[in-house]
Order: sequence, then structure tokens, then C-alpha cells
Amino acid sequence: MAVTIVYLGPLADLAGEAPTSLPAPLDWNTLIDAVGEPLAAQLENDRVHVVCAGKVLADKRQLFAQDGDEVALLPPVSGG
Amino acid sequence: MRSRCCPRSVVAEPSLRIETPLDVRLKETGFSPGHPLGLFAKAHKESGGIASFVGQVRGGQAHALELSHYEPITLPAMRDLAEKTAERFALDGLLAWHRVGVMTPGQAIVLVAAAAPHRRAAFEATDSMMDHLKSAAWFWKRERRDDGWHWIEPRGQDHADLARWKTD
Repeated sequence: MAVTIVYLGPLADLAGEAPTSLPAPLDWNTLIDAVGEPLAAQLENDRVHVVCAGKVLADKRQLFAQDGDEVALLPPVSGG
Repeated sequence: MRSRCCPRSVVAEPSLRIETPLDVRLKETGFSPGHPLGLFAKAHKESGGIASFVGQVRGGQAHALELSHYEPITLPAMRDLAEKTAERFALDGLLAWHRVGVMTPGQAIVLVAAAAPHRRAAFEATDSMMDHLKSAAWFWKRERRDDGWHWIEPRGQDHADLARWKTD
């Protein structure tokens, strides 16, 4: 098992070769290193949110994903 | 094996039932707002007034609009917003349907309807619900123009509209 990574909206366009699965446990710094540029710079933007196992993280830098978790990277919303 | 009376493709929309007091849905396919709106009114016969809003894909430079969402949070957050709106405006009922996927100009994107004892609450709840959906809901939107797909961010006006409803 591992951590599944999901890129939403415009981040999906930037994802290119970025990993869709990373070893657990996964913390923020490991994620940033793994995705590389230009995604890493985007993820550091305060308007980018992170969901781990269905919960929006209040502080994405506290990410600590476990085996089987899905981590979604959410760019600024467009609204409906 | 029993045969059907008619092919599935020509069967009208399956019998639609409106949930009360809140009916919140993400719709993967197109819908006609009149049908749910009529049933919503029927479900709230005791209310003094019902206000509604239908958002449609605007014609113009965009040939298509695509709305994407993230299943684990988009619908739960819409439900939460509907609950808060219904409580704040003391509604009898609230309906919020939102499309996802690819739409073309003229198609409905969103339907909001609010039933309340008096008209002011129904108007305001619909307005507030729309302002929140427009700028704070978990949707990502892009439109296809002559030169390809373009991602859309909320307009400054959308944020200003949302600020009208801050209570503190």
C-alpha cells in the first residue's frame, strides 16, 4: 500500500510526470521534493489546499498521510 | 425473461422525488430546472414564498464550459453550506443542484430554490447561497474558446459579493 496523489484543476495540467503514488508515511517536505518544479512552487501558494483522507487540512504543512490515504492537491477554486 | 414495455432510452426521467427540507445534488448530466422547481413548490405548499435562481452557461466567446470537482469534499461542503443557509434565513426548505462535467451555452449550471414563510428570507437565502457557490465552493472551471481550454478564477466581484454575507 502507499499514498495516492490526486491533482485537481489546473494542477493536473502541470502534473505531467509527477507521481500519482508515493510511499507511506508521507509528509509535506517529502511531497514537495517528489513533485518537483513547477508544481512545488504552486503547492507552496497559500491558496492551494490539501485534502488528506477526505479532510481539508487546516495547515497543509502538517500533512502526515498513512498507507491507503488519498492526498488531493486543490488549486484555488473557480466557484460554480 | 420479462420484456420491458419500452426501450430505456425513451423512458422519461425516472420519477423524481424532492428531499425535504434540504435537497442538494451534484448532477453529472443536464437537467431541466422547471421539473425539480415544480416539485419543490409542491413539497413546500405551506411556505409563503419560494425564490429561485437558475445559472446558465453564457453564450459568447466560450463554446463549452467544464466544471470539475473532488468527490470526497465537494458535495459534503455544499450540504454544509445549505444547512447553514437554511438555518440563518429560517427556511422551510432549500434546493441546490449543481452540474459537473462539460456543458454548452444555454445549459443549466446551477439551480437554487428557497422556500420560506415570507419573501424576503427566500430572496436573501437564494442570493447568499449563490454568492457562496460562486466563489467558495469546491469547483474548478475551464472554458473552451477558439484557441483552446482556459482555466477560470473567480472575479473580484464574486469575492465582493460573498463579503456582503459576513456576519462578524
